[in-house]
Amino acid sequence: MRRIGPFAVEYVPNPGKLKVLGVSLGAILLGLVVMAFIFWGYGVSPVHAYATIFRGTFGSRFGLGEIVRRAIPLMLCGVGLVLAFRALFWNIGAEGQLLVGAIVGTGLALYSGIHGPWLLLAMFLGGFAAGALWASIPALLRILLGVNDVLTTLMLNYVAMYIVQYLIYGPWRGPTMRGFAYTDLFPDNAWLPLIPRTNVHWPTLLAGVLLAVIFWVLLSRTRFGYEVRVVGQSTEAARYAGISMLRTIVLVAALSGGAAGLAGVGEVAGIHHRLLEPFQVSMGYGYTAIIVAWLARGSPLVAIITALFFGWIFASGDVIKTFLHMPFQVTSVFNGLLLFFLIGSEVLMYYRIRLRRGEA
Amino acid sequence: MSGWESWLVGTVSRALAFGTPLLWATLGEIYAERAGVVNLGVEGMMALGAFFGFAMAKVTGNPWVAIVLAALAGGTASLLHAFLSVTLRANQYVSGLALTMFGLGLSGLLGRGWTGQPLFHSLKSISIPGLSHIPYIGPMFFQKQSVLLYIGVLLALAMWFILFHTRWGLAIRAVGESPATADAMGINVFAVRYLCVFIGGLLAGVAGGFLSVEYRPAWTEGMTAGMGWIAIALTIFVAWNPLQALGGAFLFGALYHLSYRLQQYVSPELLKTLPYVAAILVLSLTATGAARRRRGAPAALGIPYVRGER
Amino acid sequence: MASAAMEKLGENHKGPQPILRMLRIVKRFPGVLANDHVDFELLPGEVHALLGENGAGKTTLMNILYGLYQADSGEIVLRGRTVRIRSPKDAIRLGIGMVHQHFKLVPNHTVAENVALGLRGTPFFAPARAVEARVRELGERYGLKVDPRAYVWQLSAGEQQRVEIIKALVRGADILILDEPTSVLTPQESKELFRILARMKAEGHGVIFITHKLDEVMEVADRVTVMRRGKVVETLPVGETDKAALARMMVGREVVFRLEKEEVSPGEEALVVEGLWALSDRGLPAVRGVSLSVRRGEILGIAGVAGNGQRELVEVITGLRRAQRGRVSILGHEVTNRSSRVVADAGVAHVPEERLRMGIVPGMSVAENLILKKHHRPPFCRLGFLSLRRIREFARVAIQEYSIMTPGLDTPAKLLSGGNIQRLILARELSGGPPVIVAAHPTYGLDVGATEQIRQILLRERKKGAAILLISEDLEEIFSLSDRIAVIFEGEIMGILPTEEADLETVGLMMAGSKRLTEARG
Repeated sequence: MRRIGPFAVEYVPNPGKLKVLGVSLGAILLGLVVMAFIFWGYGVSPVHAYATIFRGTFGSRFGLGEIVRRAIPLMLCGVGLVLAFRALFWNIGAEGQLLVGAIVGTGLALYSGIHGPWLLLAMFLGGFAAGALWASIPALLRILLGVNDVLTTLMLNYVAMYIVQYLIYGPWRGPTMRGFAYTDLFPDNAWLPLIPRTNVHWPTLLAGVLLAVIFWVLLSRTRFGYEVRVVGQSTEAARYAGISMLRTIVLVAALSGGAAGLAGVGEVAGIHHRLLEPFQVSMGYGYTAIIVAWLARGSPLVAIITALFFGWIFASGDVIKTFLHMPFQVTSVFNGLLLFFLIGSEVLMYYRIRLRRGEA
Repeated sequence: MSGWESWLVGTVSRALAFGTPLLWATLGEIYAERAGVVNLGVEGMMALGAFFGFAMAKVTGNPWVAIVLAALAGGTASLLHAFLSVTLRANQYVSGLALTMFGLGLSGLLGRGWTGQPLFHSLKSISIPGLSHIPYIGPMFFQKQSVLLYIGVLLALAMWFILFHTRWGLAIRAVGESPATADAMGINVFAVRYLCVFIGGLLAGVAGGFLSVEYRPAWTEGMTAGMGWIAIALTIFVAWNPLQALGGAFLFGALYHLSYRLQQYVSPELLKTLPYVAAILVLSLTATGAARRRRGAPAALGIPYVRGER
Repeated sequence: MASAAMEKLGENHKGPQPILRMLRIVKRFPGVLANDHVDFELLPGEVHALLGENGAGKTTLMNILYGLYQADSGEIVLRGRTVRIRSPKDAIRLGIGMVHQHFKLVPNHTVAENVALGLRGTPFFAPARAVEARVRELGERYGLKVDPRAYVWQLSAGEQQRVEIIKALVRGADILILDEPTSVLTPQESKELFRILARMKAEGHGVIFITHKLDEVMEVADRVTVMRRGKVVETLPVGETDKAALARMMVGREVVFRLEKEEVSPGEEALVVEGLWALSDRGLPAVRGVSLSVRRGEILGIAGVAGNGQRELVEVITGLRRAQRGRVSILGHEVTNRSSRVVADAGVAHVPEERLRMGIVPGMSVAENLILKKHHRPPFCRLGFLSLRRIREFARVAIQEYSIMTPGLDTPAKLLSGGNIQRLILARELSGGPPVIVAAHPTYGLDVGATEQIRQILLRERKKGAAILLISEDLEEIFSLSDRIAVIFEGEIMGILPTEEADLETVGLMMAGSKRLTEARG
C-alpha cells in the first residue's frame, strides 16, 4: 500500500467483472466527453452533433445497417486479435492481412473462371489462406529468430498496401475514374448478397459471429486453447509443460490472419465489388480492431459487442462527414483517445484508492 | 565526372538527405529505449511535428521557429505516453500505438485546411563554403544539404558520448538495464524515464518538421509514410548505439533514394515496399546475432518499473 | 510491551550509546502485519545478528531502515537524532549501506560502473574510470579483491557480493546491513566474509547481519535479536545463549533437527546419467561430464552452491535443455535430448526451482494448474476437448489430499502463498506415483510448516519406491533427507558418498572445489 498525498492506494490483483465493466464504460464516456470539446472547437454544438449522429445511425434502417456493415470487418479482425493477444502474439498486421485477403479474393473473382456459388466459397477460402500466410511469416520470424512481432506485422501492412496499389495501377488495372484506380467489376457470382435496403453482406457477418463462437470454444474448452492461454501467460511454464511455442504461435497467427483475410474478401465482394485503393478498402479496420480486441478483454464473444460499438463509431464518422462537414479523421482521434483512456483506466481497475483517515 | 561517378555522388548525397529525418527520429527513440521505455508512437509524433511545423512556418514565416515548435509538438505528445507508461505503468506497446493513432488522426484533422498549400518560407538547404568545392567529397557531403543534417550528426556524436562516457549516460543505461538497482542507488528512475521519452518526442518532432518545412516542403496527410516505424526498427538494428544510428539511418536513406531512382525499371509501387522489406530483413539478421551474444536490448526494456512493494 | 523491551535493552549495556535505535516500528502489507512494534538497536563496533525464519519480518525491518519502505509508525534514531529515511538516498547520506540478498547490480556494466552509479563526488566525464582507484584501494584495506574493469555477469557470487560491500563503503557507510549474505556462498567463502566483517568491526563499523542460520549467529555475532511473526522475541548477547535456545525462540516450539527416516532397501536403477555435458545460457560448459544414478526407494541429494550447474543439470534431465554429450535414461529407456513432454510421459516428475515463473501459470485457476503437464491426455482431454468435470474432480481430491489452502478451485494460482503453490505443484507432479522425482530447492523460502510437510511427502514417495533426485542449498535438508550425497562444483561431481559417512567439513570442501573423492562411494 502506498501513500500518494491524501490517498491510500492498494493493489488489488483480481478485480471483479463488474468493476472491469464500470471502468471500461467510464473510459468510453470520457472519450465521448472529449469529443464534445472537439466538436465545440470546430464550431459545432456538441448537442447538435450527437443528436445528428444518433439520428444518422440509430434513426433509420439504413443507419443501423451501416453500424452493422462497419462492424463486420471489425468483428472478424477483432475476434482474431483476441485470440492472438491471448497468446501474446502482437498482431498489429490485421490491416495487411485484410488486404491480402482482398487481393486473393479479387484475383479469384476476376481471373479464376470458377462458376456458380463455388466462386464465393473459393474466394473465402483463398482469402483466409492468404491472411493466414501473411500472419505466419512474422510468427515464424519471432519463434525461430526472435524478431519483434510488432514491427514485422506492421511492416507487412505497408508491403500489402503497396502490392494492392501495384495491382490496381498495373496488371489488374480497370477503368480509371477521377484519379483513383481500380479493377474491373466482379462477375455476378462474386457478389455477396445484402440484407435489403442496407449494405450488410450477411454471409460475412455470419462468418464473423461463427468465428467468434468457434474461437470462444477453442479458448475455453479445448486443449489447444489451454495451451494458448499458458503460452500467453508464462513462456517458462509453457516450456516446462512441453508445449510447443512454435506450433501454438504459428497456429494462433494463422487463425488470426485468416480471420482478417475473410474480412478482406467480405469488403471487396460485399461492398465494393472490385479492388480499390488500400485506404478505400479498409479505412483502418485492422488498427481499430486492436482496440476492439483490447476492450473485449480476452473474450471472443464480447468482441462481437465491442465490434458493434466501433461499427457505430465508424458509422458516426460518415454522418459527421456528410452532415456536419467535419473530416473523417475525427474517428481516428477518438480511437486514439479512447485507447489512451482505456489503458490509463486500467490503473483504476487494479488499484483501490481510498481517502486516508488519520493514520500516525 | 563519368556516369557511374555522378551516380555514386548523387546516391550518397541523397542518402544523407533522406536519412536526416530517420536519424533524428532514431536518435530520439534510442534514448527512450535506453531508459527502458518503448515508444511506438514515433510515427504519430512525427506527424504532429510535421503539421505543427508547417503551420508555424506559414503563420510566422520563420522556418526555425517552425522547427522548434515541431519539436515541442512531438515532445508534448510524448509526455502522454510517458505518463501512461511510467507513472501509470500501463502496457507500453499499446500506449505507443494509441499515441500513433492519436497523432496521425489529430494531425490529419487539424491539417485539413492546410493541404496543398505552398510554403515560401521553408528551410533552405545550404552548401558549406569551401568544403563543398572539394572534388567528389564536396558534392557528396557538403552541397545542398539541410542544416539539420549537420546538427543531426553532431547530435549523434554528442548523444553517444553522453551515453557512454558521462554520469548522465551511466544513469540512463542503468535505469534501462536494471531500474531496481538504479533506484536503490538513489537515481530517480521516473525522472530519467520521463526525460528520455521527452527527448525522444522532441527529436521525432524535428524529424517530422524537417519533412514538411524543408524536404517537400508541404503538408499532406500521411506524409510520414511509415518512417516512424522504420526508425523503431533502426533502433534495434543499430543496437541502441547513437553512433551506429548514423550508419543505419543513411543506409536506409540510400534505400529510399534507390526506390526512386529505379522507378524507370521497376513498378514504383513495388519499389515503395523496399524500405519495409529491408527493415524486416535487417531485423531478422540482427536478431540472430543478438541471440547468440549478449549484445542488445536494455534488459528492462518494455517492463514497467514498480518499486518492490508486496 | 514496547517500554518493557526498551527497559531490557537499557539493562543490557551501561556502556557505549547505541549508534542506531529503531523504536516501535510498525509496517503492514495487505493481509499481513510484517513488523509489529519492533524495537532494535545497534552499538558501535558490534556485529548484531537479526535472526528469524522466512517471513519473520527481518528483511522488512531493514528495508525500512534503508528507506525502501516507509514504516506505518515508529521512530528511527541515528546517533541520538531522530531521522526520516524516505529513500535509499537518505539512508546512504546518513551512512547506512545495505548488501541485499539478491544483488542490486547491473549485470551488463562493469564493477567500476556499478560502483560509480549515482555516486556523489565522481566527475561528470568518465565517472567509472575515476572510481577504479578507490575500488582497488578498498579492496586492499578490507580484503575485498575484485577487478574494477570486469563485467558483473562474469563474476562469481562471492565476488559480486564484494562489489556490493565496496559500493556501500565507497558511499561512506559506517552501518552495514547484510541480508542473508551467506545464502550464495560456500562454507569457505562464508569464512572469508566473516574475516572481512571482523576487519570492519575493527575499523569501527557497525554490522547488522540478517540470517536464519543458527551456526552463523553463534560464530560471528556479538548480539542477536530474534524475530518471529513480525515481533521481537528477545535481544541478547550471543555468549548468553545457545543454538537450541535460539531455535526455540525462532520457531516457538521444540524443533527436531533430524527427521525420522525409515530404512528402505533400494531397488533397480531408475534414473541413470552418464557422462553428461551441457552448456549454460551463455554458451559456456555448465555440466561437465556428470555421471550419477538414483535407485528406486532412495534419495540422492545434490549439494552445491547455486550457480555450479545444478540448474542446467536438472534441465537436461527433464528435457528442457540440450545435452552436448552423454546419456540420460529413465527405467532403462534412453531419453537424452527428447522433449520435456516425452520425459514427463516416461515417468519423471519435476518440481522446479522457479515456482512462480515455471511451476505454475499464475493467471490460471488452481484447477487448471493442477492438470498442466497432463492436459493433453485422458482423462482430462479427449479428442482435443477438455473435460471440465473430470478436471474439477481431480482438483477437489488433490486439494484435500495435499491440504492446499485456497478459497476455491477457480482462484488464480498467483494468489496462493508460496507454501500452497508448492503443495499444488507437488499434488500435480506426484499424482500417479511417478517412478522418478526431480525436486529442485523444494522448500526454498517456505515457512516451517510447509517445509516439514513437503519433506514428509518426499520421504513418503521414497517409501513408495520412487527414485528422488534432490537439489538443495540447505545442507541440513540434504543431510536429513538423502540416502546418498553428491556434491557438484563448476559442473562436475566432486564425489558421491553415503550420508552416514559424510561430514560437514568434507562436503564443504567439495562444494568449494578443494576436494575430490577418487572413486564415487556408495
